[in-house]
Amino acid sequence: MNRYLMVGITLALSTFTLAQAAPTRGGSVTVSYKDDVTTLDPAVGYDIQNWGIEKMVFDGLLDYEVGTTKLTPRLATAMPKVSSDGKTYTFTLRPGVKFHNGREVVASDVVYSLTRVLDPKTKSPGQSFYTSIAGAQAFVDGKAKTVSGLKAVGKYGVTVALEAPNAAFLNIMAMNFAFVVPKEAVAAANGDFGHKPLGTGPFKLTSWPSGQQLVFERNPSYYLPSLPYLDKVTIKVGLDPSVAFLSLTRGEVDILGDGIPPAQFLQVVKDPKYKASIFSQTTVNTSYMSLNTGVGPLKDLRVRQAINMAINKTKVLRIINGRGALAKGYLPPLMPGYDASEVGYKYDPAAAKALLAKAGFAGGFDTVLYTTSTDPNPRIAQSLQQDLAAVGIRASIKSQAQSTVTEAAGTKNTAPLVWSGGMAWTQDFPDPSDFFWPILSCKSAVQGGYNWPFYCDKALDARAARADQLVAPAQQVARLKEYASIFAALNKQAPWVPIYHEVRYMMKSERLVADSSLLNDPIHNIDYERLSVSK
Amino acid sequence: MLGFLGSRLLQSLLVLLAASFITFTLVFLLPADPARMVAGPSASVQTVTSIRHEMGLDRPFLGQYGAYLGRLVQGDLGRSYKQNTPVSTLLASRIGPTLQLMLGAIALELLIGLPLGIWAALSRGRWPDTVVMGLAFLGAAAPQFWLALSLVYLLAYRFNLFPLGGYGGLSHLFLPALTLGIGGAGWYARMMRSQLLEVLSQDYIRTARAKGQTARGVLIGHALRNATLPIATMIGLDIGTFMGGVVVVESVFGWPGLGRLVWDAIRVIDIPIIVGVVIFSAFVITLSNLLADFVQPLIDPRVRYR
Repeated sequence: MNRYLMVGITLALSTFTLAQAAPTRGGSVTVSYKDDVTTLDPAVGYDIQNWGIEKMVFDGLLDYEVGTTKLTPRLATAMPKVSSDGKTYTFTLRPGVKFHNGREVVASDVVYSLTRVLDPKTKSPGQSFYTSIAGAQAFVDGKAKTVSGLKAVGKYGVTVALEAPNAAFLNIMAMNFAFVVPKEAVAAANGDFGHKPLGTGPFKLTSWPSGQQLVFERNPSYYLPSLPYLDKVTIKVGLDPSVAFLSLTRGEVDILGDGIPPAQFLQVVKDPKYKASIFSQTTVNTSYMSLNTGVGPLKDLRVRQAINMAINKTKVLRIINGRGALAKGYLPPLMPGYDASEVGYKYDPAAAKALLAKAGFAGGFDTVLYTTSTDPNPRIAQSLQQDLAAVGIRASIKSQAQSTVTEAAGTKNTAPLVWSGGMAWTQDFPDPSDFFWPILSCKSAVQGGYNWPFYCDKALDARAARADQLVAPAQQVARLKEYASIFAALNKQAPWVPIYHEVRYMMKSERLVADSSLLNDPIHNIDYERLSVSK
Repeated sequence: MLGFLGSRLLQSLLVLLAASFITFTLVFLLPADPARMVAGPSASVQTVTSIRHEMGLDRPFLGQYGAYLGRLVQGDLGRSYKQNTPVSTLLASRIGPTLQLMLGAIALELLIGLPLGIWAALSRGRWPDTVVMGLAFLGAAAPQFWLALSLVYLLAYRFNLFPLGGYGGLSHLFLPALTLGIGGAGWYARMMRSQLLEVLSQDYIRTARAKGQTARGVLIGHALRNATLPIATMIGLDIGTFMGGVVVVESVFGWPGLGRLVWDAIRVIDIPIIVGVVIFSAFVITLSNLLADFVQPLIDPRVRYR
C-alpha cells in the first residue's frame, strides 16, 4: 500500500474517532433571551422559549430521537403496547427513576399529571389535546371525579384508553403537557409551580430572580448516566438582542436564544469569521395570508386562486433578508406528509387578472388586509398590498396589536385578508393532522378559533378523521399519503396563500460544542441536555 | 395640620381608586381576549372558554371590578394570568431594582445638570453658555434607545469599562442610570440656568453685592438656595416617572425593573399585573406629592400648610 495513502487513512480515522469522542462533561453555558420566561409548569407553559427549558427539569414517557421527529421511549421502558382495536395503550415506567425531591416516580404520578392537564383549574392550554382520552370530557365538564380512561396498573404500569383510535396520540403523549410532575411539589408550590418546578429531568432549577436569570444545575442522580453533559446552564433574560450579540462576540453569552438580531443579520451572515458559529434550519411552520371564504368576492374560488397567483413571494422573502423558504403548499418540508412534488401557484399577475375578469371582477374590488404592527409585518403587508393592487384589488391595511388581529381574524365575516406574520402556524407535534384540525377543519371554523378563512369542507374533515384511525405502523405510509392528498385539495380550494416557511438562524460561541440538530431541534429548539463546551 | 393631612390622604385614596378604575376599564375595552392569550393558538375554543371561566372573565365588568376591589382592600393584588404568580410577589421583586435605577438616574441628572446650568448662567451670552445649552438640547432630545445602545457599545464593548447589561452592583447600574441621567440633565441644566438668571436679577442680590459680598458668597448664600426651589419640584416629578418604570432603558440593559414587568404584561394582556403596576405607581406618585407638600414649607417658609 502506498505510504501516503496509509498516512491519509490513519489521519482520517483519527479525526473520525475525535469527532465521535464522547462530549466533554462539565462546564457551564449562558443563553440569552429578550423576553422573560413566563412559567416552567409543563402543563401551562407553551411557547418556543419555555418548551425547551421545561425539558431540562422534566421528562415524559416518550421523547424524540435527537434532531428528528422519530418517537423514542424516555421514562417508559419501551414504546407502549397498543391494543388490536387501536384504542388502548399500555406503558411501563422505568423502575427507580427519582424526582428531584428523592421520591420514586410511580404509575399514579403519570395518571395525576395527565389528569392535572385536563383539570380546568390548571388552565392548561393543552387541555384539548387530551380530551380524546376516554372519560376525559366528563371529567372536564365536572361530571366525573376521575378520568375513566387513565389507570395505574401496579407500581409501574399505566394504561390510557381513547374514545377512538388516534394516529397522532403518541405525539401528543410526547408533548410537554404530558411531562410527569410530583403531586406533593405542585401542592407545596401553592399555585406557583411555574416558578418552583420540580421534576425528574437532567437539570434542577436552583435560582430564578424574577426578570434577571434562571440557573440550572446538573441533576447528579439522573437516571440516564450519560446526561446531561453540562454542569450548569444560565438563562439570562431581558437583554436587548443587539446587546446580547455583543456579549456573544465577547464570550459572555454562548447562545443567542432569539437567533441573530435583524439589525446585525446581514453583517454577521456575510462575515467569514462567524461561519462556523451560525446554524440555519427551516422550521416546521408556515406563514400565510388567509382569504376569508365567507366574505364578498373571496367566496368565489376563482378570486382566491387569482390572489394566489398575484402574490410575489420572492419579494416577501427579500423583506425578511431571505430568512425563509418559499412555500408552495401548506405543509412545511420537515412535516411528515409533505409533498415535494406540489407545485402550488406560479406568480403570474396576467393570469390572475384574467381569472378575476372571468369571475366578474375585471375592475377589481375593495377589501381590507389585517396585519400585526410589529416590524417587519407592516412592510410585508405593504408588499402584499402592492401585488394585489397590480391585479386591481384595492386592499387597505389595518395594522394592529397581535391580540386585536387574532380577535378580528377569529370572528366570522370580519377580516377578509389576514397576514399571519408573527402568528404563523407552527407545529404542536410532528404530525400533519396538526396542520388540519386546529386551522383548516370545520371543527375549527368557529368564533375565537384559528381557522381564519372560516373554511369548512365536510368531506375533507371526514377523510382526515378516517386517516387518523390508521394506527398500525404498517398503515402509516398510506395515512401520510392521504394527508398529502388532503392538503393538495386544500391548496386547490385556496383558503390561504402559503408564503414561506421560516428559516431559523442560531448563533453560538466558539467554545460551545453543538451542531444544528442541537440548536435547531425540530421539537424543543435547543437540546440543552446535549450541549457541551470545549475544554 | 392634622386637617390638612386628613384631606390630602383622602384625596390620595380617591386618586388611587380612580387610577384602578380607569386602567381596569381601558384594559377591559381592548378588543382582545386575555383567555386566548393565556391559552395560546393551539388551544381549542372549549379550552379557551373554560380558561375564561376559571379567570372569572365571563362575568360582567362591574362584577369583575368589584371582586378586584374587594381583594385589593385586603391587600391582595391577584395573580398574574400568564404566570399564576401573586402580583404582589412580582411587584416586590422589581421594586428594589427600580428604586436603585431611580436613585442613580436622579443623582446623575443633578450631578451633570446643575453644575452645567450654573456655569451657563454665570457665563451668560459667552461660549460656555452656548455650548452647554446646545448639549442640554441634544441630551434632552436624544432618543433613549439610541443613547443607551451607543453608551453600551462605546463604554462597555469598546473600552470594556462596564458590564454589557444585566443586573448586579454599581458597575451594572452606571450605564442605565447614565442614559437616563443624560436625558434628564438637559432639562435640569436649562431649568437651573433660567432660575439662576432670574434670581440673579433680583433686588436682594444687588443689595448683597452692594454690601461687598464676594461673587461666590452671593451665589452660595443667596442665589442658589432660591433658585433650587423648582428643582425640588422637578425631582418629585422624576421620582414618579422613574418609579413607574422606564421601559426602553430597562429593555436595552436587561434591568429587572417595573417598566419591563408592565411592558411584558401589556403584550399578553395580563390585566392583574398591568393594574397592579399602575396602582403602585399612582401610589408612589401621590406619596411623593404628599411628601413634597410637607417638604416645601421646610425649604421655603413662605409656603404654608393649607
